Amino acid sequence: MNAAPDMDRARQKSNRAVAAVCLAFFVGMVGMAYAAVPLYTLFCQVTGYGGTTQRVTQYADRVLDRDITIRFDANTAGIPWKFEPVVRSVTIKIGETTQAHYTATNVASQPVTGRATFNVTPDLAGAYFNKVECFCFTDTTLKPGETMDMPVVFYVDPDIVDVPELKDIKTITLSYTMFPIEGDKPVAAAPVEESGKTIPNTEGNLGG
Amino acid sequence: MVYAAAHDDHHHPRGWVRWVYSTNHKDIGTLYLIFAVIAGLIGGFMSVMMRMELAEPGIQIFTGFAQMVYGFEGDAAVDGGKAMYNAFTTMHGLIMIFFMVMPALIGGFANWMVPIMIGAPDMAFPRMNNISFWLLPPALILLLISFFVPSAPGSYGIGGGWTMYPPFSTSGQPGPAMDLAILSVHIAGASSILGAINFITTIFNMRAPGMTLHKMPLFAWSVLITAFLLLLSLPVLAGGITMLLTDRNFGTSFFSPDGGGDPVLFQHLFWFFGHPEVYILILPGFGIISHIISTFSKKPVFGYLGMAYAMVAIGAVGFVVWAHHMFTSGISLDTQRYFAFATMVIAVPTGVKIFSWVATMWGGSITIRTPMLWAIAFVFLFTVGGVTGVQLANAGFDRSVHDTYYVVAHFHYVMSLGSVFAIFAGWYYWFPKMTGYMYSPLIARAHFWVTFIGVNLVFFPQHFLGLSGMPRRYIDYPDAFAGWNMVSSYGSYISAFGVLIFLVGVFEAFSKKRIAGANPWGEGATTLEWQLPSPPPYHQWEQLPRIK
Repeated sequence: MNAAPDMDRARQKSNRAVAAVCLAFFVGMVGMAYAAVPLYTLFCQVTGYGGTTQRVTQYADRVLDRDITIRFDANTAGIPWKFEPVVRSVTIKIGETTQAHYTATNVASQPVTGRATFNVTPDLAGAYFNKVECFCFTDTTLKPGETMDMPVVFYVDPDIVDVPELKDIKTITLSYTMFPIEGDKPVAAAPVEESGKTIPNTEGNLGG
Repeated sequence: MVYAAAHDDHHHPRGWVRWVYSTNHKDIGTLYLIFAVIAGLIGGFMSVMMRMELAEPGIQIFTGFAQMVYGFEGDAAVDGGKAMYNAFTTMHGLIMIFFMVMPALIGGFANWMVPIMIGAPDMAFPRMNNISFWLLPPALILLLISFFVPSAPGSYGIGGGWTMYPPFSTSGQPGPAMDLAILSVHIAGASSILGAINFITTIFNMRAPGMTLHKMPLFAWSVLITAFLLLLSLPVLAGGITMLLTDRNFGTSFFSPDGGGDPVLFQHLFWFFGHPEVYILILPGFGIISHIISTFSKKPVFGYLGMAYAMVAIGAVGFVVWAHHMFTSGISLDTQRYFAFATMVIAVPTGVKIFSWVATMWGGSITIRTPMLWAIAFVFLFTVGGVTGVQLANAGFDRSVHDTYYVVAHFHYVMSLGSVFAIFAGWYYWFPKMTGYMYSPLIARAHFWVTFIGVNLVFFPQHFLGLSGMPRRYIDYPDAFAGWNMVSSYGSYISAFGVLIFLVGVFEAFSKKRIAGANPWGEGATTLEWQLPSPPPYHQWEQLPRIK
């Protein structure tokens, strides 16, 4: 009978060991989930995944004798700015370094801070769209009525012609979206609009 | 080697203390099963309401519901009703996954049978087992409360589907409903993680002498693999929804582009959990089906090791296929090629399982008793769902039927008709063992046939609807889709009637008290649970079984 409690204790000990390993594993996986955030950003920057453009400091080593059209697009997301490209598109040689300009004008009556995000379409071209200089992810404050010129210096990597999906590409679109920076307001704390208020007559309007 | 705990072994609490303070794996398993039945009735009620709504084009019942439940009037009721329909689809998914299938298979049957099958007196951590269960009812209550609190302006309850994609789950629904749902999933996840740790420890450490891993019954194998999948995937979901929560409430911007975040990151995190999750829902079912087919064919299961390692392979490959849920999210062609290929690879171990079940039946002395009916139907229905799964693995085809009823039909064939048939197969297989009473075979068979016809009527026409382009998650549809929707809705009424037969059958079994005996299934039932009386003693294996 003496052996039984001993064995009980030994078993308990090894049970706890297994549970501890499982728990450590669990904590590790939660850590991995959070590590996914910087890893994902890194992954996008390295591979140009999802149209993430490349930021480089040197120019292309060769220029191909092939034209490509770069279209410029600008959007605003809830910021009282007039934000647009100076020219809608340019046609350049692949590998040639070019400067393009966007302008932003604050049309509100108080200073507003904005920040731009960007991507290129088609997504796959992101890896080959190299920006030497850009205004992305920098906070910019404009006084009322102030206009600012925002240059982008870029080139298209000549390696793009080696990618099967992109070898016949004629046009790349560079798109910027300007967001307001007004302190990070938690969403759930935002006032709920009156719950009875809805778009009137949706049945009639949408044929629902 | 005789091993008996020296103290309070025969302490047998009674009344509510027995259940609320329970540390007995069989009692906790029973609680889980009761919980799963209740959650299943709630989730099933929602699905019938949705089918009732979709029976005809136009909006039938949800405007009235919004008036009744939320007190909306006029146009607000129409819009509130539409939002309510979306909340119904979302809640149906969450409830069926987290509060019906997982508690039934893992909490219920695995809790009941795994310790018995591996010759253990109880789970490794009986008190942790208790908290695993008692975390679930509060989680379900939180989720149900979310129904009645504001979410998007002018609506109540979380919409947008069980996947909870941002930005709709962050900036789209500012009310507290989404926070409640996130908290609910957190708690349910904690419950599952504790359960998984308990099962891993039990199966690794508590097997009877001679019960090597390679002699362990397949159901125990399936639960072991499921527990590992839970341990690997649930933390990622927990992390993802915590990010949702902080994005909503604490000003972080994991998923909001204006702060440099990316909403697609949530899809990656979610599906890194979500895809293994569907194997979590089906693997214990695989284990149950293996036992039933072997029992009623009076043969050991064909290719035991192949069956065990096929499940290991499914579990492992299940972690590297997640982006096949995201073919339309702008991933590159090469990425799509990889994920399409990896997804189709899963058909190989799954095929090993299907063919091994068929080979087990082949040449066996088959008796078609109720559990076997459900098991054979499982093999058939799961194969149908598996075939559409292989189709959907192709990125080209998936783009064309993305978010249509074809996808709905596919995952209901593997989940609603697969997992649920496995649950009912297990129910009818182990009911005599768990309760000591035999159910009426007539009622059980009636339940089977009504359910079989019902669910096939619900989901088979949805293939046609999906192929002709009917999108999922809408309250209304063009008149062209009317015919098959009507058929599908009638199917759901028939299935609901099947659920009533099920409840009657349970009631009848308990009122008639036909004694089942230790082994009602005869010589084919070889696993350890059939060596115990029915119901098994409160503490089993005081004398540990020796496995040759």
